[in-house]
Amino acid sequence: MALFQSIFAMLYQFGDTFAFLVISCAGLAVIFGMMGVINLAHGEFIMCGAYVTASAARAGMPLPMAILSGALVAGIVGMIVERLVIRHFYHRPLDSIIATWGISLIATQGVLIVLGSTMQGVGTPLGSVEVGIRSYSLYRLVLMACALGLLGGLYILFYHSRFGVIARATIQKPQMALALGVDTGRVYGLTFGLGAALAGLAGGLYAPTMTMVPTMGATFIVESFVTVVVGGADIFVGAAPAAAILALIKAGLTAWYGQLFGQIGLLITVILVIRILPGGLSGWIKGTTR
Amino acid sequence: MTSNRMILAGLLTSAAMAIVAAAPAFAQDGPIKIGVLEDQSGDFAAATTVKVHAIQLAAKEINDAGGIDGRPVELVVYDTQSDNRRYQEFMRRVLQSDQVDVVFAGFSSASREAYRPIVNQFDGLAFYNNQYEGGVCDNNMIVTGAVPEQQFSTLIPWMMEEYGPNVYTLAADYNFGQISAEWVRQIVEENGGTMVGEEFIPLGVSQFGQTIQNIQATEADFVVTLLVGAAQASYYEQAASANISLPMASSVNVGQGYEHKRFTPPSLANMYVTTNYIEEIDTPASKDFVERFHAMFPDEPYINQEAANSYIAMNLYKQLVERAGTTDHDAVRAVLAEGDVCFEGPSGNVCLDPKSQHMSHTIYLAKVNDDHSISFPKVWEDIKPYWLGDAGCDLTKNDPSAQYTPSSPPPAQ
Repeated sequence: MALFQSIFAMLYQFGDTFAFLVISCAGLAVIFGMMGVINLAHGEFIMCGAYVTASAARAGMPLPMAILSGALVAGIVGMIVERLVIRHFYHRPLDSIIATWGISLIATQGVLIVLGSTMQGVGTPLGSVEVGIRSYSLYRLVLMACALGLLGGLYILFYHSRFGVIARATIQKPQMALALGVDTGRVYGLTFGLGAALAGLAGGLYAPTMTMVPTMGATFIVESFVTVVVGGADIFVGAAPAAAILALIKAGLTAWYGQLFGQIGLLITVILVIRILPGGLSGWIKGTTR
Repeated sequence: MTSNRMILAGLLTSAAMAIVAAAPAFAQDGPIKIGVLEDQSGDFAAATTVKVHAIQLAAKEINDAGGIDGRPVELVVYDTQSDNRRYQEFMRRVLQSDQVDVVFAGFSSASREAYRPIVNQFDGLAFYNNQYEGGVCDNNMIVTGAVPEQQFSTLIPWMMEEYGPNVYTLAADYNFGQISAEWVRQIVEENGGTMVGEEFIPLGVSQFGQTIQNIQATEADFVVTLLVGAAQASYYEQAASANISLPMASSVNVGQGYEHKRFTPPSLANMYVTTNYIEEIDTPASKDFVERFHAMFPDEPYINQEAANSYIAMNLYKQLVERAGTTDHDAVRAVLAEGDVCFEGPSGNVCLDPKSQHMSHTIYLAKVNDDHSISFPKVWEDIKPYWLGDAGCDLTKNDPSAQYTPSSPPPAQ
């Protein structure tokens, strides 16, 4: 029984970190991993989703609906931003860093000025469950299920739907797709919007567990970039296994040596991966299976 | 030729400096200028905008009653934007070009340590009206905020008696958290308790799943939370949803950032905080203060301990100048050295300690209830800032202008 308890505790920690990495990096994996836009405003799309979710939930909307509306608003904002700014930077990745960083600063300070330095959050729903001497938040188990559901949903979207085929074709060979009659501009816009909506979804899902401040996106951004960089260009062969490996490293080190070493372990892993596998995990996996 | 010019330039510069140095002497009958450097935007604004309002309230009351020694008070207010470089820039500006008589400045310990060398360089006088990790022994600084010996020597023994001897500390990983945790460790050991765990959290960490399990795996009777910043504040929500039912003890929450008003109940329930003032304090003096505050600032979200400290500091400065008969810093310090500079304010009676230039406090134990209302199970009156004086800091004799900690105390004389 004691063995079962400690195994459950370890699995829970692993699942918790895995869910955080997958959910927070999904949007970035689409925008940065697939489209190649280095999106430093990723955290602000997350913040947007979280703020909309909290406002909607406090206005009386049921929480799942509020989370979806957060994702929707972030997606629409993403499409507007793509049309106005990002569109002009597709072939200038270094300039896109400056542009998205600027967007991020404007969003953070704008929210600070308009909505103030803090906003009341929504409490974490669902309560807790006891396993042996420890108790666990049920909502975080829901988050783990959401992470798996998200991966499944994206797989179906990108590999078994018309939009997915067109989006992958557009991003891999834009001229060819254009020649075959695809409106590539629209596909880019929709794909970026999807990435922003996924970021908004991350914000919505984590809104009930966090303090609502304009800078809250910053706490997601290191983990998201680390996961996407380790994973490489493909979400499924890259980001998902990367999240699993990083979760194992981070949860293990945090359990043994504390939060500081968990963070250090995460960053050392990225440095090693960039050095040894420049294409990330997906590049390596695809290279060996070919 | 060139060297002659340089000598001439040197002479002109020193003449100019002499005039600048002599200038305050001629200004004796003008208004008394008070520099106010506080964060009105950026990360800390939620807790510090109210300090500026408290100073404005005190200035208005002092001016309505005829000023300080017949001279009106004039505030020179700059927004330091929660940015340490702004503190340095504006501290130079108020001391050099605005020629203020005294400065009220600073929220975080990092900002204080950023501006303190500049106050020393120009031999200014600064009031730091914030609770902090303690240990600043500096003739140019007067500290009205509570320090660890006042907040922890009351809080920790009370918690140990009430809940048990096993303590788990969770602290932010920088100078404030590290030094405060050192104090907690020392007081727990002195009282025969055990530290069952101690974890330092890097600033910006917002996911506490593993930390929560670590706490549950120990036999802790209560958790000391010294977490700082918005990201780390996510701990309370996550701990509550994992149903950690342990009481919490803190020196930073409620009294500064009014988390009990901002977070959804009951995430902060069962937290105990030692503070020298919060607006819920139910004494006639406190109620009167809150009423006057809201008359001038009807939309003030919360009147915290730093607001009360700033208000008290203004009144202490008035008393110091009136008794000295001048704003000259040496004369003001000579009055302070007499050891009877006290003020009956919103938080009760407080006095300045000549050795450390820190302030005694009435310490209130605030308990956050399930619905996030506040009750006060215990009040300690006249808790002195004893540590610096006992450790060997005596500003009436010499001025080391240094910050000490329990593990690096003042050198033996």
